[in-house]
Amino acid sequence: MGILEVKGVGKRFGGLQALGDVNLSVGENSVHAIIGPNGAGKSTLLNCLIGKLIPDTGSVMFDGQSVLGRKPHEICQMGISRVFQTPEVFGDLTVFENMLIPCFAKRDGAFRLHAFETIAQEKDVVEKAQVMLEDVNMQDKLHMTAASLSRGDKRRLEMAMCLVQDPKLLLLDEPTAGMARADTNNTIDLLKEIKDKRDITIAIIEHDMHVVFSLAERITVLAQGTPLVEDTPDNIKGHPKVREAYLGESHG
Amino acid sequence: MLGLNKKDTKFLLIVVALTMFTPIILQPFAEGTGLAQFNAGYPDLMQRFAIFGIFAIGFNILFGLTGYLSFGHAAFLGVGSYSAVWMFKLLSMNVIPGILLAVATSGVFALLIGYVSLRRSGIYFSILTLAFAQMSFNLAYSVLTPITNGETGLQLALDDPRILDGVNNSGSLPVTNIFGLAMNSSTQIEVLGRVWTFNVGYYFCAIIAILAFYLSLRIFRSPFGMMLRAVKSNQQRMNYTGLNSRPYTLAAFVISGMYAGLAGGLLASMDPLAGAERMQWTASGEVVLMTILGGAGTLMGPVLGAGFIKYFENIFSKINDTVLHGWFSFMPDGLEDLLVVLVHPFVGKGWHLTLGILFMLVVVFLPGGLIEGGQRIAALFKRKRSDDDNLDPEHHPKQTPHVAE
Repeated sequence: MGILEVKGVGKRFGGLQALGDVNLSVGENSVHAIIGPNGAGKSTLLNCLIGKLIPDTGSVMFDGQSVLGRKPHEICQMGISRVFQTPEVFGDLTVFENMLIPCFAKRDGAFRLHAFETIAQEKDVVEKAQVMLEDVNMQDKLHMTAASLSRGDKRRLEMAMCLVQDPKLLLLDEPTAGMARADTNNTIDLLKEIKDKRDITIAIIEHDMHVVFSLAERITVLAQGTPLVEDTPDNIKGHPKVREAYLGESHG
Repeated sequence: MLGLNKKDTKFLLIVVALTMFTPIILQPFAEGTGLAQFNAGYPDLMQRFAIFGIFAIGFNILFGLTGYLSFGHAAFLGVGSYSAVWMFKLLSMNVIPGILLAVATSGVFALLIGYVSLRRSGIYFSILTLAFAQMSFNLAYSVLTPITNGETGLQLALDDPRILDGVNNSGSLPVTNIFGLAMNSSTQIEVLGRVWTFNVGYYFCAIIAILAFYLSLRIFRSPFGMMLRAVKSNQQRMNYTGLNSRPYTLAAFVISGMYAGLAGGLLASMDPLAGAERMQWTASGEVVLMTILGGAGTLMGPVLGAGFIKYFENIFSKINDTVLHGWFSFMPDGLEDLLVVLVHPFVGKGWHLTLGILFMLVVVFLPGGLIEGGQRIAALFKRKRSDDDNLDPEHHPKQTPHVAE
């Protein structure tokens, strides 16, 4: 059984059946890609996994527990971290503070009224944040505000903020959308490095086939709200159904 | 010292010194001279500096850090005042129980209002708090007359029980005190040919204001304060980092409500009466103005803003046509009258017009408030100095402080 089990998930928006009957199993420590043409329901599926949407039917189990009806912060505390399409960091805060926040969240949980300690007193958290920032080579940017970073640096920071919490599952929502080829390759390298270094499951939603085929071990193709096929990258490449979904039926 | 780093300790000591010497600094002109009207009134006005400083410091913990703009903070000020006056009526004229009750009730009140209002953010949050404050005002004004004494306002009476104080046979109303030391008593010291007055009420307020400031400094520097800034910066990222933003904002709301209650309790301690108008939306708007004018999100800004508004309110509203005629009397008659007519709308009762213009100018040209103005002037001097050292600014990027001061 996989770490993430999606069974019979359906979601309807008014007259639109965004997700039909989605079954998906993401194996532990694998890289699983979900691809599909525009409007296939990739984002809806992702939003069902992270607590932003509640599906009408079906179940989503993570690590043996249901995630349905839980709030985003609870799901994150269970061990699912999410990287956004456009990097989401705390723009007004310094890079160092950006890194401290997930460390505090990991140690203290969703809320703690620690109003009388100073940050410097929390040596374990400070040290953890510093080590992580050195890992991603940002130690010289500690006191810059996150908003002043380049897009690539923001992405690296966001990724590091997720990883410092030691998530079991990292969800990536089109991590290379709108990136130049060089940046895309950097992101691929970064993800490969992450995969090599730690025991982590990565689920990735992506448009860019280059990214998908260089990273994924399993691929699920989604079309019109239902999974078409699930297979290894090599088998997906030549699969007639996939070409049909992407190129339209007349060319199939 | 006190859990602060060197820079903050220095900062706190400066604030302590300024507060302690305010009665001297703000009365630079000797009594009886023509400029005496620019002295800050003592002790009333200076008490107000301290009290509204506390109010604004508390408001800034909510608005400056989390970005949630409450338009109903005066409700907590009013609740604090009523609580304190009831304590003076029932228990004792000693201000300590009154102030403690004021902080406690406003805290409970803030918890209730905050719990409901914080379900929404942005403009909807502001409207909800405004609605709650207006509800409180109207309740205090009419429905709850047995508790609030309606439009007359809650006052002391000779036949109040005052259980701890014993029977009052003097035939006059007792005064608020702290363990026997009356709030309105003063010590006068003659130095340098002038009489300096040191008022118990002011110093009581000042010491509490310093404590309140110290507490807010600790909150600003704490992990909790950082989380509050994270709420303002990116709530989505915060939730997906495993943090629940709701209890953080609620805690900030309650803390700032308690600050407002403390300010309300102090107002009642200086002058033991409480009226419903203290809860009106104009009063809520005033603390917003103070905070933005001084610099929202900075430590000193709200205090400066509070002092600035209270000082100029006092000075400008004292100026009437007679004073204006006195100023312009050196000019020919026609010109003198014209100038008086031109200036008239901006002074006296028209002081709010001046405040409005000032506020617009600050928001447009100094979005960071008076603090930013000060920083710009400081930067101007620094640049001149660094030019001499031939420093390349490119290679000395300005590091952003953890929290702006």
